[in-house]
Amino acid sequence: MSRLSRDQIAARVARDIPQGAYVNLGIGLPTLVANHIPASQEVILHTENGMLGFGPAPAKGDEDFDLINAGKQPVTELPGCAYFHHADSFAMMRGGHLDVCVLGAFQVSRHGDLANWHTGGADAIPAVGGAMDLAIGAKDVYIMMDLLTKDGQSKLVQACTYPLTGIRCVSRVYTDMAVFDLKNGEVTVVEMFGDATPGALRDLVKLPLKFN
Amino acid sequence: MINKIASSTAQALAGVPDGATVMIGGFGPAGQPMELIDALIEQGAKDLVVINNNAGNGTFGLAALLAAGRVRKVICSFPRQADSQVFDGLYLAGKIELELVPQGNLAERIRAAGAGIGAFFTPTAYGTPLAEGKETREIDGRHYVLEYPLHADYALIKADRGDRWGNLTYRKTARNFGPIMASAAKTTVVQVREVVELGQLDPENVVTPGIFVQHVVEISNPRAYRQEHK
Repeated sequence: MSRLSRDQIAARVARDIPQGAYVNLGIGLPTLVANHIPASQEVILHTENGMLGFGPAPAKGDEDFDLINAGKQPVTELPGCAYFHHADSFAMMRGGHLDVCVLGAFQVSRHGDLANWHTGGADAIPAVGGAMDLAIGAKDVYIMMDLLTKDGQSKLVQACTYPLTGIRCVSRVYTDMAVFDLKNGEVTVVEMFGDATPGALRDLVKLPLKFN
Repeated sequence: MINKIASSTAQALAGVPDGATVMIGGFGPAGQPMELIDALIEQGAKDLVVINNNAGNGTFGLAALLAAGRVRKVICSFPRQADSQVFDGLYLAGKIELELVPQGNLAERIRAAGAGIGAFFTPTAYGTPLAEGKETREIDGRHYVLEYPLHADYALIKADRGDRWGNLTYRKTARNFGPIMASAAKTTVVQVREVVELGQLDPENVVTPGIFVQHVVEISNPRAYRQEHK
């Protein structure tokens, strides 16, 4: 089955981010979304370590390690950017001021429960960062992930088996095969990619699916 | 005359007792008060509880304090990173305790301590393993978890400029936990890049007012992350 590349998924997510939105892009895959927001679109990126309005990575040699994003990568200032301390930064999330956050996931349930911080393995060192605050804070939580695990299991599930990050918090899931809307336990396929078909998605996801 | 300027990091940290709870500013290397941590290692206090967002990077700063065996427990949100090998080794060997706190709860617990709040209800982590055993409440149809403030004996933070009253400005995202940690500790020690005369900081731009600060030390050329990675 043909699938979207990670950059193509990122471009698809970027299309749904409206002009004027305040957006937090999670560490890892979601950071790719920034590369696909058109310059004509004024979108303000939030990074939880304390900045609104950051720009792309600096040229090599121009890095300033006092100016980093949540992934601890050097970024740049855009005109209009602002700095603030950590409690203010998380007030922006928890207080419902962020419009969209985009996160990765190990699993998402049909009810919008999210698992993305810990595999639960006995010798795994847990690390949560801002994932739980983002999950419950942003007005819309978008997930960007491959639909299947490496061994072919759907990551969109009836109920998460990994430790939860947040409950009933995800509204939309962008994958390499389709985009899913989650509402009140109903899963609606809003778009399919490549040669994905309703039948093939039903076989893979094993949940009742509606199609737009 | 009020003069919070300390002549050395050693002087500023002389009073840290064994068993102290120490907040250390920084988000990874940004804002990490490297020279104050060096001085704390030199000073020798042990059995410390350290509050930081992370649990050390590489082998310097906070990681060096952990490697020196001075820390009993770390309270943080994100210990595991590509270069957190010192913490990882201690944790997997059972030689250090970890209290894992969602980052926003960590920040708000610190803020609450500084603001005299006894406890607060937060929606973060409700229904997850990090809220297990905690009191919860439904308020206006939403579920919340009761969280308590995090106080500290000492806060070690890094700022950009400071004056003898302890007023501070910060630099870019190195601000991170500095202002809230300064308010939450009994004794706040700050390393600044530059000590300036009273009146030289624009009062409109003071981020941490001096009331939250006890000691200021000038470190004009702080070690940079880049140097550590050469």
